[in-house]
Amino acid sequence: MGNPLLRVRSLSKSFGGVKAVNDVSFDLHEGEILGVIGPNGSGKTTLLNLITGFVRKDSGTVEFRGKDITKWSAHKISNLGLVRTFQIVRPYATLPAFKNLIPPLFSPRIKQSTRGKLGDRDAVAIDVLEEVGFERDAYVPYKLAGSLPLGYLKRLEFARCLCMKPETICCDEVFSGLSMAEIASMLPLVERLQADRITLIMVEHRLRELFRVADRVLVMNFGQKIAEGSPREVMKDPQVRRAYLGEEVKL
Amino acid sequence: MAEDAIRRKERLDRGVKVRSDTVYAVSSWKEILFLLAPRAALIAVLLLAPLFVPSLYWQRVICIMGVYALLAIGFDFLAHFVGLVCLGGALFIGVGAYFSGCLNHYLGLPPVLTIPIGSIGGALICTIILLPTLPLRGVYFAIVTFTYPVFLERIIVAADILGGTDGIPGLSILYSTWLSQYSILSVILLCVFGLRRLVNEDIGVVFRGVKDNDQAIRASGLSVTYYKAIAVFFAALMGCFGGAYLAHLYGWVGMSLLSMDFSVFPLVATVVGGPGTIAGPLVGCLLLVPISEMLRAFGALRIVIYSLIMVFFILFWSEGLVNWARRKYEQFERWVRV
Repeated sequence: MGNPLLRVRSLSKSFGGVKAVNDVSFDLHEGEILGVIGPNGSGKTTLLNLITGFVRKDSGTVEFRGKDITKWSAHKISNLGLVRTFQIVRPYATLPAFKNLIPPLFSPRIKQSTRGKLGDRDAVAIDVLEEVGFERDAYVPYKLAGSLPLGYLKRLEFARCLCMKPETICCDEVFSGLSMAEIASMLPLVERLQADRITLIMVEHRLRELFRVADRVLVMNFGQKIAEGSPREVMKDPQVRRAYLGEEVKL
Repeated sequence: MAEDAIRRKERLDRGVKVRSDTVYAVSSWKEILFLLAPRAALIAVLLLAPLFVPSLYWQRVICIMGVYALLAIGFDFLAHFVGLVCLGGALFIGVGAYFSGCLNHYLGLPPVLTIPIGSIGGALICTIILLPTLPLRGVYFAIVTFTYPVFLERIIVAADILGGTDGIPGLSILYSTWLSQYSILSVILLCVFGLRRLVNEDIGVVFRGVKDNDQAIRASGLSVTYYKAIAVFFAALMGCFGGAYLAHLYGWVGMSLLSMDFSVFPLVATVVGGPGTIAGPLVGCLLLVPISEMLRAFGALRIVIYSLIMVFFILFWSEGLVNWARRKYEQFERWVRV
């Protein structure tokens, strides 16, 4: 397997008296899809926030491609190609959808990789939007982001990541709040990322969809990692069952 | 009355407006004129104003109006395109004025040099001293920008530096009233059209992104603080230019250049003129500064009348003059039965 792409070691974070993330360690290899599951409030989103630098770490280390990025700020981490989506979508509501992709295309990472020869950013943005399923013919890319339904906004989150030419995407509940039909139309997008050898960390509540694509699953409860392994293995784990279903009651 | 209840006002873009948005903009003189007329009117009013005012006194008023307009444009840019509420008019004016005044007084440089150096140097100082507040969200930036001028005033008095309470008199005066009027008017036009262009460029989209959603900007690999600092620098540059210009207009710098008027007036002008339009604050200043001069006879009551104008606009006409005029110009309205 070689060196892991991302190496997380004993990461911890407390908010007041609550240990949101408590001594979590894991490795992530190139091209892998790692699912992160757990009951509400178990620290999944905080884990992503810590890895991507959006929240300051109390202790622990994060290494990306052998580089220690523990103390890096969020925008520098994004520029390494370790990008994220937000669970609560974060569009620029007053701008048209395609203008939402101008900032990532304006980033140092893209400027370096294209050596300033990207051309017209608007045209690139509209192409990327079409890739993630914005119908160009219906003028969807030109509509104000604030007026779009949630399904499109979740795709817009993906599009922003794709514009960064990502190596790893941390997906924070990309399926939450979507209808079954919308989820069905999102899955091919995830599978395409997998085919492109983009490494994914997927925080998810929709286990059925997650287990279809995930190579490995990490289960969290009360901020701690309680299990790690293939989807089949973790579902058999008694601790995981207890976390999801509660204690067995003996009558 | 039941008849009224089922009517509503419908607004539709005029045909000429729709055509002007697309490649048909250059299809005929009508469309070209539709696009150029408001811009030409603004330029004409500004450039012809010095020729039509009755006296030297009113020519002075035009110069002062120009300084306020620069502050108001900067305020509107920061508030509506970057999301920073900046009450630092007095800070910018004061730093710009003292900077160029000192260069002139102590080093003997002419205004041709002190005004540009004072503007750029002053803007750098302002940006650097405001830097600690830029990573924060919320009211901190507004509070700190409002507090700095008071702080500077106290330092000047307590340490008796930079002329103390008397200020520094005897600076070089701008060469002629015509030059002083047209120099500030051309700078204003440059700023209005430049900024309106800027906010639609890619970097302008980043600024607006900072306002809408700073976390998404960070996720896009861009430093929020860095872009806020650039935007503050632009606004400070305009304000410090106004300050440096005032120093040489009066031939004097003193503590009244740190007065709160410079912080509050741009806000009123923006509310009246139309927030988020860049040109609106300028129109607000064009109206309010002369009114303010005419009301001088009322003494302290001036502030009351002023406040009433602002309250009226906030409560009953919050879109402001330019947004209203633009709507009337681009759309027609009619009553339709629902």
